[in-house]
Amino acid sequence: MLRFIIRRLLQMVGVMIALSLLLFLWLRSLPGGTVSAMLGERATPETRARLSKALGLDEPIWVQYVKFMGRALKGQFGASTGVLPGADAFDIFLKRFPATIELSAFAIILAVAIAIPMGYVAAKRRGSAVDNAGIVTSLVGVAIPVFFLAFLLKYFFAIKWGLLPASGRQDSINCTRVTNFFILDGLLTREFDCTWSALKHLILPAVALASIPFAVIFRITRASVLDVLDEDYVRTAEAKGLANRTIRGRHVMRNALLPVVTTIGLQVGALLAGAVLTERVFNFGGIGDTLAVSFFTRDYAVLQVLIIAAAAVFVIVNLLVDISYAVIDPRVRTR
Amino acid sequence: MTSPANDRRKGSDTAPLLTVDNLTVTFQRRGQEPFRAVDGVSFSVRPGQTVGLVGESGCGKSVTSLAIMGLLPKRGNQVTGTVDYEGTNLLTLSDDDMRDRRGKDIAMVFQDPLSSLNPVIPVGLQVTEVLERHRGIKRKDAMPMAADLLKRVGIPDPNRRIKDYPHQMSGGMRQRALIAIALACAPRLLIADEPTTALDVTIQAQILALLKELVEDTGTALIMITHDLGVVAGLCDEVNVLYGGRIVERGDRHPIFREPRHPYTNGLLGSIPRLDTVGERLTPIPGSVADNLPWDHACAFAPRCSQPVEVCTTNTPTLEESGGRALRCFNPVEVAR
Ligand SMILES: Nc1ncnc2c1ncn2[C@@H]1O[C@H](COP(=O)(O)OP(=O)(O)O)[C@@H](O)[C@H]1O
Ligand code: SF4
Ligand SMILES: [Mg+2]
Repeated sequence: MLRFIIRRLLQMVGVMIALSLLLFLWLRSLPGGTVSAMLGERATPETRARLSKALGLDEPIWVQYVKFMGRALKGQFGASTGVLPGADAFDIFLKRFPATIELSAFAIILAVAIAIPMGYVAAKRRGSAVDNAGIVTSLVGVAIPVFFLAFLLKYFFAIKWGLLPASGRQDSINCTRVTNFFILDGLLTREFDCTWSALKHLILPAVALASIPFAVIFRITRASVLDVLDEDYVRTAEAKGLANRTIRGRHVMRNALLPVVTTIGLQVGALLAGAVLTERVFNFGGIGDTLAVSFFTRDYAVLQVLIIAAAAVFVIVNLLVDISYAVIDPRVRTR
Repeated sequence: MTSPANDRRKGSDTAPLLTVDNLTVTFQRRGQEPFRAVDGVSFSVRPGQTVGLVGESGCGKSVTSLAIMGLLPKRGNQVTGTVDYEGTNLLTLSDDDMRDRRGKDIAMVFQDPLSSLNPVIPVGLQVTEVLERHRGIKRKDAMPMAADLLKRVGIPDPNRRIKDYPHQMSGGMRQRALIAIALACAPRLLIADEPTTALDVTIQAQILALLKELVEDTGTALIMITHDLGVVAGLCDEVNVLYGGRIVERGDRHPIFREPRHPYTNGLLGSIPRLDTVGERLTPIPGSVADNLPWDHACAFAPRCSQPVEVCTTNTPTLEESGGRALRCFNPVEVAR
């Protein structure tokens, strides 16, 4: 098991290096080169030469790459030119990325916590009310665009009925910032009203964002449980007279979860895309807006950070999926 | 080689442990006529006795065993008749009461050892969980017992093997493990549904020998389900031959083998390879179950029978008992001598 994890970790490092190389080559191949990209077409030759030297562009390419990597590891990506001109790109990232992660994590936990039990019950009582309700909900979940659902939720629950806040991440109360994960910060500093406020702001966007992962995970769980219920080893478990609880957990769910885990991993990509739209509707202040703005203003410093961060999220999620797979299925471990 | 103990156990004066009476299982199938997979089957098993249920694939052997175990799907079928286990009709027990008996009083070994074991948990746990469930033994204390059980079914190095997963074992070893699981709580009745069909020929013989030894040592009654009369020959005290969901012939092992009376039994005997008839052609029974006539107004076997008479396609033969044997046929095979 440990060897398996170490092997996967090394693979993960390899993937990140390959990605950084691609990023480096892309930055160098920007129209007119990095300097034009950063200074615009009309800069004087002197300014260009100065920046070129400052960026080390006159050195051999591999030296440039090593330096680029060195800076990247230290979080030095330079100053933002478009999103928040002059501010450090990595600082911007540190402030805004936690919002998106908090939202996405909350949404996926919500989706999993409802979809998996519901998928099991739906399969076990095929054709029952729960089954039909699950199927209809999941159809609606995939059919309705995330931003539209977000808008509906905001209109009814926030604006019309005033049950939950309509925008932002927290009420304007005095909160100490530690990690910029607001829920976590409140717990760490024992400012529980801050956590409570952050939680209330999180609910509507998280529900909107959870709709698609819920739908997909519910369907996969249901189908997978139906398959497993037909397996001979479940009949063996029944023949042993085991308690329902044991059969459900140890024999049915443990096997049925394998495809579900893979699906959850794949949903994370869709989740980040959905987060961008949801954040806009709820003015959530995550990387959604930052990404759009940095793109249109050619803020390459910020863009670099975001690309690396997104890649890191995917790689880490993949690692987690692989590890859970190995925990569940011994056949993966020994392979 | 019959010890006095054996004679007593198998003697016809002991009260039956299990009596199946007029068991009928009907499957309701959407847009089709209901289908009677098991059709008025009656037989009994005495303590320590080994009873065979023999017949071609699809004749209702597995459905019979699943009905006894209460393991048929919850919906889409109707079960009638009685399955009496020492005075209790198992068919009327609640789900929970039946769950208390399965794996403890009655255990079962299935056909395919690979798919019958859970691939993602160690074999040891698959043994101990029965002990935990029915005997209330803690997992820690059950582990050495599991190792002992694995040793008893002939798995070498059992202390290491309890940590193995099914895919790390050979086919024969997996079937041994399943037998160990079935015998863990010392059930009084074991049902083995084609336990050797999925195995290599050499392994088949070993598994049969093991089953025979275990039921003789422990006095467990055994219902042996097989499509292969060869399996029955070495193992069973009594043989029930099933065709189209009904018993067509029953008798003790030796009389059945020496003098089969039903043309179907005779046909089955003609299609098993025997050492003393090397070179002779095997004669399989022509046709298939798809040719069956409905039992309601004919002998289902008539289209494939070697010696049908007119009445076979117009009337239903009944199961007639005489001299410890039972036979359902209008025109039985003549007994030589
Ligand atoms: N769950 C089920 N639904 C409908 N038909 C079934 C079901 N299980 C078994 N059958 C039918 O019952 C008949 C007997 O099956 P089975 O007892 O499995 O035969 P075998 O003697 O080979 O074990 C077959 O024709 C089979 O198709
Ligand atoms: S009843 Fe007739 S058809 Fe059926 S087995 Fe006997 S002889 Fe053959
Ligand atoms: Mg069968």
